[in-house]
Amino acid sequence: MTALLTVEDLWVRFQTRNRLVEAVRGISFSVGRERIGIVGESGSGKSMTGRAILGLVQQPGIIQAKRIDFKGRDLTALSNRELRAIRGQHISMIMQDPKYSLNPVIKVGDQIAESFRLHHRSSRTDAKAKTLEMLKEVQIADPERVFNTYPHELSGGMGQRVMIAMMLIPDPEILIADEPTSALDVTVQKRVLEIMDKLVTDRGMGLIFISHDLNLVSSFCDRILIMYGGRIIETCLAKDLHKTTHPYTRGLLNSLPSLQNPTEKLHILNRDPRWKEEPSVNAIREDTNV
Amino acid sequence: MQLEKIQMFEANNLNVWFGAGADRFHAVKKASFSISQGESFGLVGESGSGKSTILKAITGLAENWTGRLTVDGEDLGQKRDRDFYSKVQMVFQDPYASLHPRHTVDRCLSEPLRMRNASNIDARINQSLLEVGLDPTYRFRYPHQLSGGQRQRVAIARTLIQDAKFLLLDEPTSALDVSVQAEILNLLNDIKKQKGLTYLLVSHDLAVVSHMCDRIAIMQSGKIVETIDKKMLQTATTKTDYAAALISASYGFKREIV
Repeated sequence: MTALLTVEDLWVRFQTRNRLVEAVRGISFSVGRERIGIVGESGSGKSMTGRAILGLVQQPGIIQAKRIDFKGRDLTALSNRELRAIRGQHISMIMQDPKYSLNPVIKVGDQIAESFRLHHRSSRTDAKAKTLEMLKEVQIADPERVFNTYPHELSGGMGQRVMIAMMLIPDPEILIADEPTSALDVTVQKRVLEIMDKLVTDRGMGLIFISHDLNLVSSFCDRILIMYGGRIIETCLAKDLHKTTHPYTRGLLNSLPSLQNPTEKLHILNRDPRWKEEPSVNAIREDTNV
Repeated sequence: MQLEKIQMFEANNLNVWFGAGADRFHAVKKASFSISQGESFGLVGESGSGKSTILKAITGLAENWTGRLTVDGEDLGQKRDRDFYSKVQMVFQDPYASLHPRHTVDRCLSEPLRMRNASNIDARINQSLLEVGLDPTYRFRYPHQLSGGQRQRVAIARTLIQDAKFLLLDEPTSALDVSVQAEILNLLNDIKKQKGLTYLLVSHDLAVVSHMCDRIAIMQSGKIVETIDKKMLQTATTKTDYAAALISASYGFKREIV
């Protein structure tokens, strides 16, 4: 399996008035038709990595990389116009809270249809038909009714399903999901993940799942990248998470309260300042046969 | 002869409504539960279950309620007095919103004491910072100079400095990173033991609740669906379907084996 996306030596820097903030510090990884989980705490650089791939880092942020190769094209060398053709159509992104990603004054159906028409020449009727079909794919029981609703009329789970519909209707090859279920209730999370699971599998897509939830990522993804201080501190197959050796990963795993393994006191993570100085682990896999 | 457990809190047939007329929403429906002194009680549920509304009713922030609320033997009316707030204090979810951004830690902690004309304020501030594991050098910092975990420590110190006996904890670690959450939960358990406090913890996170609480009420759509103890939660020996669904969902996603 060849990689769909290869990122090499990615840096994201913000030059502010007082100092230089390095959010992502030279990371390399690849994504094939597989699911990569990028896990980290706040400030680890995981969200910035997702945005950097699509060139969505705000000023004064600067993205630099040896290459961000998507199916033979270097995204860092593309103009904004060319990047716009990639965003949505080939690489799509779902963010945490649908409230902030959906336009509040446009009906949900129209927004999804717009997403389709931006990337395909089609009539309004065809776009509407495609939208209804897509809403059915995200298991919305009454697509006609939901087509005509506004975002504020939807619950969190419905909103996220609408987002998934909107982002998958152009049929991208890679989906970047940035904490897609963090704002959702636990039972709703389960349902949304089941939908994402089916769609990603059926379409043979690559998935980059960004989350702070190590357990969730290990159960949903094939490979995991653990980020700390802007670098990849460890990488492993999801099924081998329990075999990880880096003290940060072990510390994270051990400090979680557990229903099944209760402890008197929770384990405290002692941050070793040397972890920030370790070189980033290369997570480019030439053979992504999992 | 069995020693009578002292009740710190009792809710009897609590109903809470929001809004009026056609828009009236029944947020809490006939909720009844009690918490003994020194106990840690959890209220678990998804959004809209009514768990945070119960906290609002206790602190006097819900206008339209019926039933009985009793704290330390005294029934609560519509208003809350100073005595109430010296006994009952709350720690909020968002560490970035619950501290006054223009007050230093020192002012945040001294203000409630000055309001009561308390003596020995300086020593008490130092003492409470010690109790929550904050270095005294943080005393004159502003909230924006503190991390999320440090702010929550200040919020906890604020409750302790007033000698509160009954703490309402509204998702106290939901906004914190996992490693910071562990520190705060350990801190809360430590001070509870040291000072014999009583906790009412509201959370959506079953793992946190099973770690912190002795007994747990599971809420759905305003009703208490089931009340269980820690052991039942950990072994998933609950009675209702909803409790089972909640526990199963909290174990994470299970991929279909193709």
